[in-house]
This record gives sequence, C-alpha cells and structure tokens, in this order.
Amino acid sequence: MGKLTNEELLNKVNEKFHDTVTTLGEPFGLLTFETGKNEIIDVLAWFKNEPALEFIFLTDITAIHYPELQKPLGVIYHLHSLVNNVRVRIKVFLEEGDVHIPTATTLWNGANWMERETYDFFGIIFDGHPDLRRILNVDDMEAFPMRKEHPLEDPNRVDKKDYFFGR
Amino acid sequence: MHNHPVYTDNDPQTELSTLNLGPTHPATHGVFQNVLQLDGERIVSGVSTIGYIHRAFEKIAEHRPFYQITPLTDRLNYCSSPINNMGWHMTVEKLLGIKTPKRVDYMRIILMELARIADHLICNSILGVDTGALTGFTYIIQSREDIYEIYEEICGTRLTTNVGRIGGFERNFNHIAFQKIRKFIKTYPLVLKEFESLFNRNRIFIDRTKDIGAVSAETALNYSWTGPILRAAGVDYDVRAMNPYSSYDDLEFEVPVGENGDVYSRFLVRNEEMWQSLRLIEQAMDKIEKEPSDIFHADVPDFYLPPKEEVYNNMEALIYHFKIVMGEIPTPHTEVYHSVEGANGELGFYLVNDGGRSPYRLHFRRPSFINYQMYAPMSRGMLLSDAIINMSSLNVIAGELDA
Repeated sequence: MGKLTNEELLNKVNEKFHDTVTTLGEPFGLLTFETGKNEIIDVLAWFKNEPALEFIFLTDITAIHYPELQKPLGVIYHLHSLVNNVRVRIKVFLEEGDVHIPTATTLWNGANWMERETYDFFGIIFDGHPDLRRILNVDDMEAFPMRKEHPLEDPNRVDKKDYFFGR
Repeated sequence: MHNHPVYTDNDPQTELSTLNLGPTHPATHGVFQNVLQLDGERIVSGVSTIGYIHRAFEKIAEHRPFYQITPLTDRLNYCSSPINNMGWHMTVEKLLGIKTPKRVDYMRIILMELARIADHLICNSILGVDTGALTGFTYIIQSREDIYEIYEEICGTRLTTNVGRIGGFERNFNHIAFQKIRKFIKTYPLVLKEFESLFNRNRIFIDRTKDIGAVSAETALNYSWTGPILRAAGVDYDVRAMNPYSSYDDLEFEVPVGENGDVYSRFLVRNEEMWQSLRLIEQAMDKIEKEPSDIFHADVPDFYLPPKEEVYNNMEALIYHFKIVMGEIPTPHTEVYHSVEGANGELGFYLVNDGGRSPYRLHFRRPSFINYQMYAPMSRGMLLSDAIINMSSLNVIAGELDA
C-alpha cells in the first residue's frame, strides 16, 4: 500500500496547477483546495487518473451558501484515494448570476444524484448533467431551500424569536 | 443482457406495461417509488422517485445547537440509530478537540456493533422473506428484540435512541445492561449459526440470489458505493479499518469481502460482519473491565451538560448549564469531515462551523442515498421478482435515503 503524505500531495498539486488551484488550508488533516469552474473537471480528472494519486473514489458533492461574499455559492467535492488512504476537499465558488458548473458525471456515475441533490437545494446548474431534476423536493417548487435567505420557519411568528433562546 | 424487440403501439403482444412499484408497496420496505416499464415480467427501464419522507434535516440542523442535532441523526438510518448518534458526537468532538476516555470508546463500540447486528439481521432475514422463506425472519427477530432491550437499559428508548452526549454518555451502563450484553453475546452465536444453516447452503435460496444484481468492483466504486454491498463486490474498504475512530484500532477484527457482488455475496458478507461484530463486542467487554468503572464521559464541562441535581445545588454546574443552553461558549471557526462505518456504508458528516452554537452548514453523506442511485440502471433486463430481492439486499432505508 503506497503512502502519500499531505506535503507530497501539496507539492504535486502546486507543480501541476500552480496558477489555477489555490490551497485553502488543512483543517483536521484534510487538504482543501479552491479552483475555478472552468478548471474543475481537469482538476478532478487529474486527481482521479494520476497514477501516484488515484483519487478514484468520489465521497461526496455538496454546496454551501455565503450570501455576503462576492461569489456566494460554493460547490464542495470530497475525494478519497483508497490506495493511499488520503482524502481531499475541492471547492469552487460561483457568482450569484452565473451558477453554472460542468458536471462530474463524466468522471463518476455516482455524481449523478449528488449533483441532483445539490441542484435541488442550492440551484446550482451542472452543465451536461444527463438528468438534472429535483430529487428530494417536489418538482414544482420554486425556491432553492438551503440558501440562507430562506428562513426555517415562518418569520412572522412572534412566539419563537431567536433571542429568547440565545440564538 | 437481453435484446428487446422493437415495440409498436397498440399491439397487445408487444406493448409494455407500466408498474408503479411503491411508494407504499410492501416489497419496497420503505416509502419510495419506482416506475417500471415491463415487458411481461422483465424490466425494460425504471425511474426512481424518492423524497417522500424528506424532512429538511440539513436546514433544521443550521438552527439547532450541536447537542440538539443528535435526535435528527436518529431518524436517518433508524434501523441502527446508535451508529448515527455516535458518528455525530464524534464529529463534534473532532471539531472541538475533545478526547474521549478509552472506556467511553469501548462503550460506544459495544453499542455501535449491537446496532450493526440489529441492522444486518433485519436486512438478511427480510431478504429471506422476499425469497419466500419466512422461517428465518420469525426466528431471528427475537434477537433484535434482545438488542432493543439492551438499548432500553442504556438510554430508555428502542428505535430512535438519542443515545450519548458530546464527550461521552448521559449515564453509565448499569449492571443489568452489562448482564444483558453478556447474555446476548452468549446466545446470539447459536441463533446466527442456525440462521446461517437455514440459508447459506439452501438450494432454493442460492438459486434465487446467486448472480442476481452482480456488480463488479469497478462499477461499484464508480457509483461511490460503500459498505457491505461494496465489500461484496470485492473491495475491502471499511472505515473502521481504514480510518479507525473510537479506538477500533485497539481491537482485532476482519473485513469480510465477497467475490462477485451479487445478492448472495451481500448476504454472506452481512452474515460474516455480524460474526465480526460479536468478536468486537466481546473484546470491548473485556477491555472495559480493565478501565475505571465510573468513567462514562470526558471531562469537558464547556460542552457536557452537568447532571440536573447538581444544577440545582452547585453554583459551577448552574453556570455551565446556563452557558451550554444559551450557547455562550465559542467554538472553532473551521470545517470538519468525519465519517463512520454505518450499517449501509460510509456515513459522513460534513460540518462547517462559523463559531456559533449551531452549524453554519451540515451535510450528511448518506450511504443509502448514494448506493440507491444504481438501482434503476441495474434493474434493466432483470425479472421483477429478482429486482425485488436486489432492492432488499441493498438495504435502502427510507429515512437515510431522504434525510
């Protein structure tokens, strides 16, 4: 079983994508990178196919919303190299008016429902996805409910104000 | 695969029939739907519709303090809630840098492995029911009752356990719980052995399950499968062995793998995993005896609620109680991914924290959701009755599917 340390991985990534991939940090030993939506498929494909890395396993795709940022919507990929037992996290941030990103279903069939879920809750459009429909919510829903502008409960309620609960 | 004739409209000989399998069909064992196009009894195509019991847990979690998210995790895979509970506690502990005492780790292992047995025995015995063998189910279900009685001793509930707290357990295991666990690890091997002798070499069962839904290792990995169904396809990926948590690395166990990834291999892998779980419980019970018997949580007053009687009588406990409940304790501004080996595969928690009392974003990587997406494509060309047992062997739990 090959061993790959985070420094080696970081060096390889910097060597290959020194101007398109930035390192965000290493929280709890999990290297986190950021890249752009035009590069993401190349980056994912390189992680998957590079013989020394073999991040063949797509653990998860999800998204996050930071309404105050200039690029508020982030798509987050978790990859896992089963041979080296190393995980990596890759983020792509998108602008509000242009929430398109190429689909990862070209690399992994498993990305299909993960991307549908991400679309369903955040409205991120995965270009080239074979079947981009809502998956958990009803089809005629208009909102993308996990975005921060949607409150959990009816904001007009007066009996459940957050400040009563220290929130 | 089968070559299908070209279909013409209105011809009763060749017309396809549409079958709604679910959402409330007894054979789906949960609320989800498959719209199947059938040519006689053979499936031509299928579309899965899920989301019938979607409860917006990720949204709710953004508005709840960490310790109130545990009951949400109960309702993911409700056949093995303790694993979800422990997975969540460990995620928060990782975030906060809490180190749990060894005894807590072993207590957790005992509970998680009991949950795994409960989950696997249901899956395997229901698989038997779907092939027409009811006896195994009626026989082994008593053991699930025994496990639920152990849960009751430990936390008071049976299905949605809400067991444990951040840093450990809300109370120690009492002596009746230990008695029941000891009794269980003595009696269950006999039950499991008899269950295996009913099925493992049963001609009818093998005929129904062998080569049904066979999946290669490459396909399984490409679809991000995890858990027993991936291991049945020959990949020895188990989070407990690969990224040991909760002191699993102190104990010895094997990761069983299957050969051809069909329903029969999945059945055998799950059975073998139950044996390994028993082994783990036995070892953890031995180890626990060497630990001080009064420790059941880490010493983290900032996050572990003090006992109620102390809150009323002890100034310090009252202060901590107030601070925890009002969320006045700062938490790190970072993100963490933690995964545990759930009964169906890698159950991951991706937690983004902004320093508040509740997560900024919490995402559950739910193995049932990710495993199930191959179901419709893999059913193509299958007989309807085979597709039913294939679904049964995937062990899709609606709660985990929909979150």
